[in-house]
Amino acid sequence: MTSLVLLDPTSERSPVARALTARPAALAGLAVALLDISKPRGNVFLDRLAELLAAQGVRINRYKKPTFTRPAPTALRQQIAAENQLVIEGLAD
Amino acid sequence: MSLPDGLIVVAKRECPTCTLVEPLLASLAAGGDVLTVLVQDDPVYAAGLPGAVFDSTLEQSFRLGIEFVPTLIRMQGGREVARTHGWHRGDWQQISGQPDLGAALPELRPGCASKTLDPGIADDLQLRFGQSSLQARAVALGDAEDPMEACFDRGWTDGLPVVPPTPARVLRMLAGTTRRPDEVLGLIPPDLAPCTVEKVAINAVLAGCKPEYMPLVLAAVEAALVDEFGMHGILCTTMFCGPMVIVNGPMGRAVGVNSGVNALGQGHRANASIGRALQLVIRNVGGGRPGEVDRAALGTPGKYTFCFAEAEDSAWEPLHVQRGFAREASTVTLFAGEGVQGVVDQKSRTPESLAKSFAACLRVVDHPKLAMAGDAVLVVSPDHCRVFLEAGWSKARLLEELTTLLTVPGDQLVAGVDGIAEGIPAAMAGKLVPKFRPGGLLIVRAGGGAGLFSAIIAGWAASGPIGSIPVSQEITA
Repeated sequence: MTSLVLLDPTSERSPVARALTARPAALAGLAVALLDISKPRGNVFLDRLAELLAAQGVRINRYKKPTFTRPAPTALRQQIAAENQLVIEGLAD
Repeated sequence: MSLPDGLIVVAKRECPTCTLVEPLLASLAAGGDVLTVLVQDDPVYAAGLPGAVFDSTLEQSFRLGIEFVPTLIRMQGGREVARTHGWHRGDWQQISGQPDLGAALPELRPGCASKTLDPGIADDLQLRFGQSSLQARAVALGDAEDPMEACFDRGWTDGLPVVPPTPARVLRMLAGTTRRPDEVLGLIPPDLAPCTVEKVAINAVLAGCKPEYMPLVLAAVEAALVDEFGMHGILCTTMFCGPMVIVNGPMGRAVGVNSGVNALGQGHRANASIGRALQLVIRNVGGGRPGEVDRAALGTPGKYTFCFAEAEDSAWEPLHVQRGFAREASTVTLFAGEGVQGVVDQKSRTPESLAKSFAACLRVVDHPKLAMAGDAVLVVSPDHCRVFLEAGWSKARLLEELTTLLTVPGDQLVAGVDGIAEGIPAAMAGKLVPKFRPGGLLIVRAGGGAGLFSAIIAGWAASGPIGSIPVSQEITA
């Protein structure tokens, strides 16, 4: 018996498991991006994180997406990647 | 098998006209030409002739493009130079070069349909011997796999069973559009994966569509890809919404999109499967699955499917005309819709009273103390619509009156007022505040002929340019 063939309804992107980037042993000397996605009160959370990180002497860069409803503009993503080694994003309120 | 030069007769035994010409085949074979007889159904036909071939797979008939039997063809230099079908005495005599052929037979007898065109066979032949245009990855199921369960196992469903997308079903679905299967409609969020007409057809099969729905499904997918609709945000929001499809114009009526009894409910294949096909494209092509990028806290049943047509009335401007299309055009309008909230008013007999009822109910969209957050669709039933029509109120007049009724002093809505922390910013105190942003309230007419009820479908609380605005797309092919 010939087995039934179905056509793949998906984007056919193979589910390749990707390894996580290696974690740094310490934050000293690294630049950390704090990304505000423009969700209400996300800034409160990020402000507190900035205080805590600054107290450890970590260099902080702040960024903001124009609206939480769309992915970050390409230029912003490139800027964050160029200026930082780490990024912390407030995902939701 | 390549066919030799000479004469070819394609026949089937069950066809009376083929039986009529069967005695002539010996004469044709005895002439100066090589005769090949392709028999579609039963090798008993023309069994004694050396050139008789049982075309059991119908491959030869398919490659010759046979539509009727008997068909007589003359091949010369590897090319077809003459063809006739049925029994036409003059044609047969001319093509065979035998002026006395069948002199005793009637002049004319029509033939029968070729077996290649039998229901179900044509698709199969196209797949086996035709030039397949399908490019999607083939997924071979194990012999022991149930096709329905296999679709669940591979994560292709919304939780309800889907129709397994076999190549034959996908080919039939593609016949519903004139657009090329490899045409790319755009990048489907959230993965921004390219979506071809073929991928839409596969998901339309999953959803249970008929091929004739394809133009509507394609228009809905294209509308969802318009940036202003904000499909990415609609999908990933923690709020309720999903893409709701409102159909206007003759194409919706032609394929049976329901605008009448239970228009917002179950029971109509077009409504159910067109809305579902759009959602399955988002899920399967875009990778938008609940619990992953879809972060809805509660969601809404409309995220399975939400599609209905406007019950267009000559006296009330339909939605697509309001939005700039010709009345005879067919459109889909996508709206980031939440659930259905009923409006029960069985006592109002004047447009003023009924408009006040509508306004009172529309105030609670999102929250009674929020404004210009979510859009809304007001679905006016025929019974309610009659109240306006009899008083000479157009749809535009109703919208104008509602806009006035829904503009209130901001002081009533400010955060903290009435002991409710939710509300608009204090800076809005002292100003008049409209409930909806300009263009944020849509009105359509739909529903059964009995019932003094209408419905409100709230939009995403991030409506407008920051999130989603309704998008209309013409249905073409």
